[in-house]
Amino acid sequence: MSTKQSTKRNAKVSSKKSARKSTKKSTRVSTRKTKAAAAPKSARAPKRTAAKAATKAMPVASASEFMAHAYAMEAEAAERYAEFADSMEMHNNHEVAELFRKLSRIEQRHADQILEQMGWKQSPVSSADYRWEGTEGPETADPTELHYLMQPYHALQIALHNEKRARDFFAHLAKVATNGGVRKGALEMREEEAEHVRLIEEWLKRTPVPGSNWETDQDPPVLSD
Amino acid sequence: MSRAKEKDKASISLVLTGSGGAGVMTAGNLLLEVAAQAGWYGLMVRSSGPQIRGGEAAALLRLAHAPVECLDDRFDVLIGIDWQNIHRFADEIPLDGASLMIGDPDQSEPPEVFVKRGARYAPLPFKQMAKAIPGSWPNMIALGLAAGLVGLPADSVKSVLQNSLKKGGGEKMAANLAAAEAGYAFAANVPAVPRLSGRAAHRAGRDARWLITGNQAAGHGAVRGGVRFCAAYPITPATEVLEWLAPALPKIGGALVQAEDELASINMIIGASYGGVPSVTATAGPGLSLMTEAIGLAVAAEVPIVVIDVMRGGPSTGIPAKSEQSDVNIALNGLHGDAPRIVVAPNSIADCVAATQWAVYLAEATQSPAIVLSDQYFGQTRAVVDPPADIGLITERLKPSATAEAYKRYAITESGISPMAIPGMPGTAYTADGLEHNERGLPSSQSGDHIRQLDKRAKKLAQFDYGARWADIEGEGELAVVTFGSCTGAAREALARAAAEGIKARLLSLRLLSPAQPERVAAALAGAKQVLVVEQNHTGQLYRYLRAEYDLPGEVKSFRHPGPLPMRPGEIHQQITAWSRL
Amino acid sequence: MNSTVAAAPITAQAFKSDYKPIWCPGCGDYSVLSSFTKAFAKLDLRPESVAVVSGIGCSSRIPAYTNCYGFHGVHGRSLAAASGLKLARPDLTVVVASGDGDGYSIGGNHFLHACRRNVDLTYVVMDNHVYGMTKGQPSPTTEPDWDSKLSPGGTGLRTFNPLVIALAAGANFVARAFSGDPNGTADIIADAIRTPGFSFVEILSPCVTFRPEQREWKQLVRPGPVTTTDDAARAARRIMTDDGFNIGVLYKGQRKPYQPPVGKGKKRPSDLEAEFAI
Ligand SMILES: Cc1ncc(C[n+]2csc(CCOP(=O)(O)OP(=O)(O)O)c2C)c(N)n1
Ligand code: SF4
Ligand SMILES: [Mg+2]
Repeated sequence: MSTKQSTKRNAKVSSKKSARKSTKKSTRVSTRKTKAAAAPKSARAPKRTAAKAATKAMPVASASEFMAHAYAMEAEAAERYAEFADSMEMHNNHEVAELFRKLSRIEQRHADQILEQMGWKQSPVSSADYRWEGTEGPETADPTELHYLMQPYHALQIALHNEKRARDFFAHLAKVATNGGVRKGALEMREEEAEHVRLIEEWLKRTPVPGSNWETDQDPPVLSD
Repeated sequence: MSRAKEKDKASISLVLTGSGGAGVMTAGNLLLEVAAQAGWYGLMVRSSGPQIRGGEAAALLRLAHAPVECLDDRFDVLIGIDWQNIHRFADEIPLDGASLMIGDPDQSEPPEVFVKRGARYAPLPFKQMAKAIPGSWPNMIALGLAAGLVGLPADSVKSVLQNSLKKGGGEKMAANLAAAEAGYAFAANVPAVPRLSGRAAHRAGRDARWLITGNQAAGHGAVRGGVRFCAAYPITPATEVLEWLAPALPKIGGALVQAEDELASINMIIGASYGGVPSVTATAGPGLSLMTEAIGLAVAAEVPIVVIDVMRGGPSTGIPAKSEQSDVNIALNGLHGDAPRIVVAPNSIADCVAATQWAVYLAEATQSPAIVLSDQYFGQTRAVVDPPADIGLITERLKPSATAEAYKRYAITESGISPMAIPGMPGTAYTADGLEHNERGLPSSQSGDHIRQLDKRAKKLAQFDYGARWADIEGEGELAVVTFGSCTGAAREALARAAAEGIKARLLSLRLLSPAQPERVAAALAGAKQVLVVEQNHTGQLYRYLRAEYDLPGEVKSFRHPGPLPMRPGEIHQQITAWSRL
Repeated sequence: MNSTVAAAPITAQAFKSDYKPIWCPGCGDYSVLSSFTKAFAKLDLRPESVAVVSGIGCSSRIPAYTNCYGFHGVHGRSLAAASGLKLARPDLTVVVASGDGDGYSIGGNHFLHACRRNVDLTYVVMDNHVYGMTKGQPSPTTEPDWDSKLSPGGTGLRTFNPLVIALAAGANFVARAFSGDPNGTADIIADAIRTPGFSFVEILSPCVTFRPEQREWKQLVRPGPVTTTDDAARAARRIMTDDGFNIGVLYKGQRKPYQPPVGKGKKRPSDLEAEFAI
């Protein structure tokens, strides 16, 4: 497609120094951050261009097809949060692990509700593309946002970002739906996601904002194998 | 009498643990620096979980007024900035009723395994205390606490910390100095731990000593021996040798190249050395395995090279970041054909300098490959040592005289060593070859040439005068402990304890493992009735080698266990006392 | 398969083991793992019919995180081990997982010959332009000016272009994927497995610990702008002129996989004795 154009961009990521600085001399108490990550950036608006293309991939034909998508989205979100929890646990960050576990349960409950509502005995198979603003489902969190020293605040930021994406996704769907059942379902889902957004915003208010040095680790990474 | 009850001790052992950015390694290293600054000696072993970031970690320290070479049998103090998964280190952290645990009650209770051993517990709210001093870190409180507990001077803490923070940009200086001070003051509130007996051998801030790891030491020894080229492929736990050499070599006119794999790195250094530049590579078991074919090439083509093998748990990928002396077999036997080679094993962190330098010297003098058997314990342990003296051994390769006629690269000589022409020298061009060859270096499959060349290569190593450096021989008695490498420190300490109990025994720590030195060993063990062979591997690789190569006197026993647990002085001491009582 | 019992459709979850990854939180390899399991499910494979073979590195830890048969071999030799396995057991689906160090440096030579040999393997390289496992040394795909302890100031060496090399050496399927797009990557891996012969999938998978700047990759990649061609020269030209961030299946060839007819001969050893009989 646009090979010519992209050649000119020649946009290889600048190869700046990274974790090296923090590993350089272990005994040096460095106030420098490990730079291993900037704060999770989920709150930032995604800049991608491929994103919007994916949103169009989804005029849904029937209400039950719509619910199958909704189910897949929720289930995937639940699974992703559970993976996050495992990863945090492995890295001795139990507080955030617990939080992700909670978020996973919330999403799973949502998925289960859909099953119940539809009277489905088994998970429906959704084949359609429900990517939204990116390469993943509207409610699926981006794994590269994680950091082993992240705090509940960061985790909630990630959750907030995804709930908002889910809300907007359903709003969009309601707008473009041609089928009345689908529109109704989408509006309901939008309301629920909006409620989640409010909930997490509340939760965030009660959560301490991390200090500027939250990702400081004076020890170098461990090497192996 | 239980050692734990003694009021004053020759050494104090403590552990700092924590996870996920607690900074225990940093605090541990600083504590070691404080001890060094105060005129003490000490060492720090690091242990970590498998996670690359955020894993549980332990800095195991032993501090003393005199040099220490190994960890003690137990720990006096365990400071947990947090306890997350620290129970996984239980085997590595022996505690008993006399030990003291200090932990943050806001995090969790100390792990059950440690409590069960009867260790006392004192709470200290690290996180809260750090919070009360904005900008400070809990590990700095732990640093101050540890220093205060063991009786290190507050001035030394301050000056080391100031220095370190300055290098890091000077941020948070005041806060962290205050945190260390608060920790230091808190030491008065927890149950006392034993103090060091006697006085520090050095005055604070005076008298040169080095703070060095065995990996840095090995790199330094190589350079002292004349090495100017290194090609290598990163591997745990040898990478720090390379990290030290990478900036060092260019400074002295040399270079380090990161090769695409060990097949490449070993062949690169053979090429460089063929070109006349003394060369080294550093690796661990998996890499050494890959290199064996080419080490054989260096034997046959008579190209001097040095391979530093920092041993880790094997076989295969094994236990990468833990120590084990299990590459003895491959170092001694791991080449095809009849392939004599030099194998040198340093027996202390400081000796990594001298032994590696000696290996370069031997390789260059005999035009042979030399393997340096270091291990992860030496390589990654940081210790305060007296500055290792330059052993002064640096050799010029035997080269043909400019007027030599009909140059024969592999000439049969009295010593077995033949003049080696360096590319660029006129009139002496030859082809170095792994194919069997005649004296001129031309390929030959004739039995006469093969036998003459085999004899020559064996003879040059057998006849070389290795001098007194081949082993460390200490003490006397009818019981002899024979060991090598990092078990030496523990054995030495075990013998000292036995001596204090009136048990006489001698130590033979082999620095030269290959070629075998039957006469010297016979002399060193003359009159011994019991020989205890101590090593850290599963099959008794040294023991088997000794039995194959030497007529050991009296009764011979093998005492061994594999890594990752270190060989401790107590277990060797127990072997000695049990056996000597018979 | 002549089983008469119709199996229920398998889920990606069924391919996950309960052994938890040690990867740093944020590491791209987590998503690659999920793409593996999604691809296997998509193809309705059975865990026992899949072998995941790897070398050494963070990325190479992947086999134990799946429920398939796994082989975590030695550094750089995964393709050799996997080729042996597939040749001996053509019935298995063999997927090879590697990193840019494991696959392009120490295993570079095997890479060339695996492409040439065209055994029916799927070779997935998680490329983070760094040796993660050994604490951040440059790999063959690391930018020449990337400063590191072993190569202060950068290696100054030209980067290796694995896709072009795969084409030149004869790989039958060549694709670039991005870990941040696990569904797209799963599709590509499934396609690679489905395509006979040696299939090469290079996955850009950020190392957040030693190359934190790679978190920006998600802003740079462009999924799906390439159309698949069966013209290797055209594919090569395309790869050589792009900026390294075009995602998709670039090339699909028609070469017949290399597979000796194992298990085909039905003679017994004793049948061979005849030749010696006088
Ligand atoms: C023969 C041998 N040499 C060196 C090593 C050390 N080693 C382990 S992983 C690795 C590099 C891994 O880099 P890559 O393949 O890019 O994987 P990543 O960790 O980045 O996923 C090295 C050099 C080894 N295990 N074996
Ligand atoms: S070091 Fe890099 S490649 Fe390895 S697990 Fe961490 S982020 Fe992933
Ligand atoms: Mg890599």
